[in-house]
Amino acid sequence: MTDYKPMILKGYLSPKGHLRDIADYEAHGGYQTLKKAFAMKPDDIVSEVKKSGLKGRGGAGFPTGLKWSFLAKPEGKPRYLLINGDESEPGTFKDRQIFEQNPHQLIEGAIISSYACGINACYLYIRGEYAKWIEMVEKAVDEAYAKGYLGENILGSGFNLKLVVHKGAGAYICGEETGLISSIEGKRAYPRLKPPFPAVVGAWGCPTIINNVETITNIPIIIDIGAEAYAKIGAPDHPGPMLFGISGHVNKPGVYEAPSGTLILDLIYKYAGGVRGGKKIKAIIPGGASMPIIRAEAAEGIGMNAESLKKAGTLIGTAGIIVMDEDTDIVEAIGRLAHFYHHESCGQCTPCREGTGWVENIYGKFLRNEAEKRDIDLLLSICSQVEGRTICALADGAMWPVRHSITRFREEYEKHCKAPDSLPHEWKYVNKAASGV
Amino acid sequence: MSVTNGNGHHNGKQQRFAEGSHGDSLEPSTGVQAFHALHAEDPSKIFFTEADKQKIAEFVSRYPAKESAVMRALWYAQEKFGWLSIEAMNLVADTIPMPRADVQGVASFYTMYWKKPMGKTHLAICTNISCMLCGGYDLYNYIKKTYHIGNGDVTPDGLLSLEEAECLGSCGTAPAMQVNNYEYVENLTLDKLKAFLKERGLER
Ligand SMILES: Cc1cc2nc3c(=O)[nH]c(=O)nc-3n(C[C@H](O)[C@H](O)[C@H](O)COP(=O)(O)O)c2cc1C
Ligand code: SF4
Ligand code: FES
Repeated sequence: MTDYKPMILKGYLSPKGHLRDIADYEAHGGYQTLKKAFAMKPDDIVSEVKKSGLKGRGGAGFPTGLKWSFLAKPEGKPRYLLINGDESEPGTFKDRQIFEQNPHQLIEGAIISSYACGINACYLYIRGEYAKWIEMVEKAVDEAYAKGYLGENILGSGFNLKLVVHKGAGAYICGEETGLISSIEGKRAYPRLKPPFPAVVGAWGCPTIINNVETITNIPIIIDIGAEAYAKIGAPDHPGPMLFGISGHVNKPGVYEAPSGTLILDLIYKYAGGVRGGKKIKAIIPGGASMPIIRAEAAEGIGMNAESLKKAGTLIGTAGIIVMDEDTDIVEAIGRLAHFYHHESCGQCTPCREGTGWVENIYGKFLRNEAEKRDIDLLLSICSQVEGRTICALADGAMWPVRHSITRFREEYEKHCKAPDSLPHEWKYVNKAASGV
Repeated sequence: MSVTNGNGHHNGKQQRFAEGSHGDSLEPSTGVQAFHALHAEDPSKIFFTEADKQKIAEFVSRYPAKESAVMRALWYAQEKFGWLSIEAMNLVADTIPMPRADVQGVASFYTMYWKKPMGKTHLAICTNISCMLCGGYDLYNYIKKTYHIGNGDVTPDGLLSLEEAECLGSCGTAPAMQVNNYEYVENLTLDKLKAFLKERGLER
């Protein structure tokens, strides 16, 4: 913990606590990697990123170099880079730290990535709530233009890049990559069916690369230290420095940078100062609200990398760790998420639009102690009917917390039921309807 | 309709889950027509100056397609007029230009665009999971009870409005709220919230 030097949240390098001013960033080696990148062939950068093993930090964990190599390059069509800074997954607050502490590294990453993919226009989508952080980033972008890092013929390389900051206006679904495309095209943020994948038909009908803010901020590190050195940081299956947002019942919540693979319990106890009031942990959601919840026991010896988390039956998502202590009511916590997903469903797919509403209503029954045991199975049955049957993964993300909290904390649900089930109940509502009551 | 649980961290109970997506607004719901009649704007006040039009043209120039400028243009209109009446949406549509129906569709999709006049101080209090675990509902329910407003409602004097926010990306400094779509107030406590209200002359 002590000998690790942050490579993303480098604000500590400056007495101001941030490197937002371009002079500070340059004084600490900023924009030097760009020169190194321009001396390389674009395809070599793509293979370097492939070799580094970098996986996307936006939730899906897709290998970044591989994604780039899928980019279609038809004649006469522009290509675009969309950087995803929508950051709306509950429990996720890491990209905001990049905007605040080190926006120039993000910009430098955007330039290198665009150069590698032969892209001349990059759009950075930031959620509307981050109005203040949008101003910080826009100021940094203006400085980069003024210094000739953006615009025409950057550093005499003959490469041109335009970078625009796009302000969202409040909708979780804009973070889904095809929803982001719809949104930036000036439409409602309706996700689209894949294929075609954005790398072939993306924004404005052109081939498009979509990456998370943190992913792009990692690119200058890879080019600077080389793919081999990068691949050695943290867990081999999921390498690199990582931002862990720790929230909930901990003493020192916040964003901590550490190598991937750092143990969950170390993050909670050594970084985030342990649980409030010295209580025990009941549950942990390791990767933002949509990822499967686990019991505290399951976190023992588990590191924050894809392979290790798989053993615990969960996923890394956005690496936003939500900690719930022994007093937490799991049904109430997941019920709140059920409300969130119902609120955020864009409504295009019937299973998602209706299913999220049904689930929320059933949680209402549990919380008013009106539920019966069979409602637990009803929830599971709804999950099975929604998962994998929709355009985008919001619906899956909405059902996983329900499914996994039931399989792992069934006793919590049973506590919320009224008197134990007496069979048969099946005809209760039908009969009522028939008799007109 | 009380909820029992053993959680000492927050006493604000969920009573809304079964009520569907309308949240817990305390205002009677109206039909769309009646809503627009209630919140009509004097059309003569809704116009763009030359400078405004230039600004919108600059937004349009940032993108390969003019429709992409709609989000910034709606933000611009909201900042100028305070909220987005149908008249303001149409003005944005005619300025870009793009179909009015499309602009209304976009404006109604995103929660930060205000489709009715909100309070002079608008509080978006996060009650999503991390904030909830740290007492977000105590704050939300305090405003609700003290000022008799629900989600999306405005006090009759127009000074305060409330919104139940979904995760603001401030989970590490939970509970958090956003004021007037801009400033964040983080690590909130009931005392801090009361002091904030007092500073703005809103204490009750
Ligand atoms: C409902 C939903 C919301 C999402 N929200 C975000 C988000 O806020 N930020 C983000 O970077 N990715 C988000 N994603 C993941 C993106 O679809 C996409 O996988 C990611 O931006 C790709 O970047 P990466 O490969 O660098 O991770 C979301 C996905 C879904 C299904
Ligand atoms: S799954 Fe839900 S959010 Fe995704 S496109 Fe379908 S309705 Fe919209
Ligand atoms: S849950 Fe409230 S800011 Fe994230």
